[in-house]
Amino acid sequence: MFTETRDTGLADTASAATLIIKRSVAKKRAQVSDNEISEQTQWMLAVRDNRDRAAFARLFDYFAPRLKGVVARSGAPSAQVEDIVQDVMLTVWHKAAQFDPERAQVSSWIYQIARNRQIDILRRENRPLPEELKRPEEASQDASQIVALEQETAQLKKALARLKPAQREMVERAYLGELSHSDIQAETGLPLGTIKSRIRLGLERLRHELKEMGKP
Amino acid sequence: MTTGITHHIPENLIIAYASGALPRPFALVVAAHVSMCDECRARLTAQETAGGAILDTAETSAISDDLRARVLQALDDPIVLPERKTRRGPYPGPVMEALKGQPPRWKSLGLGTRQCIIEHGRAGSVRLLSIPAGQAVPDHGHNGLELTLVLQGAFKDETGYFGPGDLEVADSDLEHTPVADEGETCICLAATDASLRFNTLVPRLLQPLFRI
Repeated sequence: MFTETRDTGLADTASAATLIIKRSVAKKRAQVSDNEISEQTQWMLAVRDNRDRAAFARLFDYFAPRLKGVVARSGAPSAQVEDIVQDVMLTVWHKAAQFDPERAQVSSWIYQIARNRQIDILRRENRPLPEELKRPEEASQDASQIVALEQETAQLKKALARLKPAQREMVERAYLGELSHSDIQAETGLPLGTIKSRIRLGLERLRHELKEMGKP
Repeated sequence: MTTGITHHIPENLIIAYASGALPRPFALVVAAHVSMCDECRARLTAQETAGGAILDTAETSAISDDLRARVLQALDDPIVLPERKTRRGPYPGPVMEALKGQPPRWKSLGLGTRQCIIEHGRAGSVRLLSIPAGQAVPDHGHNGLELTLVLQGAFKDETGYFGPGDLEVADSDLEHTPVADEGETCICLAATDASLRFNTLVPRLLQPLFRI
């Protein structure tokens, strides 16, 4: 009888706790989780905010085969290709806190990590990186800004799909590090203007929040 | 972040930096400029968005069975993420990183001008230059590409005025005489893929000695 009561009490406490957690997650998510946000971004946010392993596994299943294709073509010895993919995906897991969907798509964030790791590992040098912008811990996220950036990127992908095969090949070579700076034409023909202004907005919001936080 | 920057990174250099093709001396200058310039940070991120779109639409290659298991198992392995150096005085994070967290070790070039070679190798060289206010850097042309980023103070030459955060891109066609502006000592981060040619005899003789 006594045990029963205590059990019920515990169960109540537990469910109350779950409820509180669920509420706070729901509250957090209300600003972020919009059905319009892509699966990849939702997985990445689950990894970042909840260290969600299932979500990470889905990111792995999506990106690892793509990374392998891209790394293999950049001249890495075949024995090293999977090591680099492994290193990139583990870096994604460990550096998840830096992911900011208002400024970067998951694919572009992983692209950047892949380029860094590839240079560091293959050339055995530290690639010089810009200072990181700290993401404020408590920052709320603006779903409309995230969705807008995703829509711009969808337009970009359509433009990529419309390129003639020879053009597409040149663009791929440029972004996969196969062309030198003097071989790269300044104009790739890709529409990046609106994406740039979206990212600029995300940066301004971030700067503003950091400044607010810095106030006593 | 520095405001009032008017000379930015050319697009082909941003793409080459994003793709990893840019030689290290130039990559350091690009990383330092982006640390100071939100405009170019947005432009770089836009180029990385394009890189991401290419990754997203790239042909896939089947991964081996144990790779997935290995990665998922390794999630809890303890790792030490190296702490990145942050800005100190006029030197942005990536420059402090290249200096290994130490203040620059200056060597005199005469007449108050000093340099600190950060790297010198087959891919080119990158160094810090410190030029007293009002003083000219010897008239010189270049064999290849030269990037000069102002970290403190300002300089003027035939092509314009360069203040903190401004980047001058010079190629073999440009013969110029930069003069440090009045006010603060001008400190620049300069990268080349070739030795500088000085147009006066003495500096030319000194070139091997100072590696400039």
